[in-house]
Amino acid sequence: MSVYIEAIVVLGILGGVLSALLALAGRRLANYGPCSVKINEREPIIVEGGGKLLETLYDQSIFIPSACGGQGTCGYCKVEVVSGGGTVFPTEIPFLNESELQRGVRLACQVKIKQDIQIHVEESLLKIKEFRARVSRVRKLTHDTRELEIKLSEPATMEFTPGQYVQVLVPGKGERIFRAYSISSPPANDNTIELVVRLIPGGVGSTYLHRVEVGDEITLTGPYGDFELDEDKKTELICVGGGCGIAPMHSIIRHLQITQPKKPCTLFLGAATADDIMYQEEFSELKKKMSHFEIHYALSDPGASPEWEGERGHIHELVEKLVKDKPGRQAFLCGPPVMIEAVSRVLQSKSFTKDRIFYDEF
Amino acid sequence: MDGSIIGGLAVVFLAAVITNNILLTRFLGMCSFIAISRSMRNAWYMGLAVVFVTVCTALINYAIYFGVLVEGAPLLQTDLTYLTFIIFIATIAAFVQLVEMVIERFSSRLYNALGIYLPLITVNCAILGVNLFMIEPDMDISLIQSTIYALGSGLGFLLAICLMAGLRSKLEAADVPAPLRGLGITMIITGLMAMAFMGFTGMVQQ
Repeated sequence: MSVYIEAIVVLGILGGVLSALLALAGRRLANYGPCSVKINEREPIIVEGGGKLLETLYDQSIFIPSACGGQGTCGYCKVEVVSGGGTVFPTEIPFLNESELQRGVRLACQVKIKQDIQIHVEESLLKIKEFRARVSRVRKLTHDTRELEIKLSEPATMEFTPGQYVQVLVPGKGERIFRAYSISSPPANDNTIELVVRLIPGGVGSTYLHRVEVGDEITLTGPYGDFELDEDKKTELICVGGGCGIAPMHSIIRHLQITQPKKPCTLFLGAATADDIMYQEEFSELKKKMSHFEIHYALSDPGASPEWEGERGHIHELVEKLVKDKPGRQAFLCGPPVMIEAVSRVLQSKSFTKDRIFYDEF
Repeated sequence: MDGSIIGGLAVVFLAAVITNNILLTRFLGMCSFIAISRSMRNAWYMGLAVVFVTVCTALINYAIYFGVLVEGAPLLQTDLTYLTFIIFIATIAAFVQLVEMVIERFSSRLYNALGIYLPLITVNCAILGVNLFMIEPDMDISLIQSTIYALGSGLGFLLAICLMAGLRSKLEAADVPAPLRGLGITMIITGLMAMAFMGFTGMVQQ
């Protein structure tokens, strides 16, 4: 009998000592007290220290882009920390270049608030709002892609420019997880937005958005993205989209059809097979209405779709072949990183300067 | 200290680093070994963190085991060795938590280098393994020997993970068959390294 008692006593004492030590350390060491957070030129706010900067900013309704749920793997949540951020973590280094490191740019999800901190957030990010919305229509585009029409309820309208994207909140416990999706509808309808979502096996965002049905509530933040359409009617626009990268192009072309139907514009779309091409009919309709709009497709999967009579190969090869060397144009690319890299290399060899090539990677 | 004692300690040390390498002969601590060995810098700091935690927890657990748990211990006569597992796990986890809090508070530079690996170590089986092997009856080791054993095992982990990081950086440029890329080839290499380390068996007479 005494063996049991002794065992319980030993475990109890040890557990007690360890818990007491940890509790004491938690109170003494991990307690940073109230800290002030100064954002741009605003009045400093007081928050309880110890939290992550990204979460604190979210609580202050400042929606920094972030796609990995605070894991430090997407590198989107960059903010300039003027003072009080401590030293840069090795987890942040891969996402920061030399000039960003010198300016004190950090990943907001890695910075803990341990003292008074002053940060600088780009003005455009301060305009980003959180929206409550409902799915109003669901349409299947290809075997693994669906288009969602989302009706905004609170606030009821979103001011955005074509080519921008939103971040959809994936419901769940723990840290907030967002996934970024380009808006595929034109800004003219500001009460609803459309998103194109391709199902990625195991992907949290696409699985969630492939499960929602008409009437389901969705929370999203936006708009994000720095693409600004050159308003000059004569400036030629080259759009290159790979796979789901068609979404922002769909927004841009429809916007042009409404605002500048005569603007010269060439659209390149890459897909794996003919079945993966989205919006083909819509774009042919748009082409009839827009005199200076051209569209080219290329299939990257060599064996697929034997009935296909159009171009084959990677989309950058088609861009190389068809785009002429001429200065003063604007380009917008959307697709996987390898495509962006290949296409921007081709475009730069054709007198596009870096500041005229905009892109969205996914 | 006479020569034979130092010689004995050297044997314990070498055995722990090479012939009984905790990773390559016991296959403990594989998860962090695979996950952190992508870059040499990370592997190095992870290894250092393991060395530190292994040595410290070995000391603490040695004291608890021989002071309280073992039969006829100075503080408690009863045999409580069946509690070893749960107590060792608790002390290791608590110690790692404590160390993390301390260095986060006092040295942001050290925290930057080691701190992010500490949560991974909390449940690292290599460390629990070292603590448990240390108290095996046929080892029958003193406090100094067990410290040296823990140090050697930690350094063995450091050696193995750095070797792996070096090999994996070479692999980046290698033409690995598609189905084996990533985890597959890493497991194969680990197996080959383990076989190579088997070649050391017999080098150190225990």
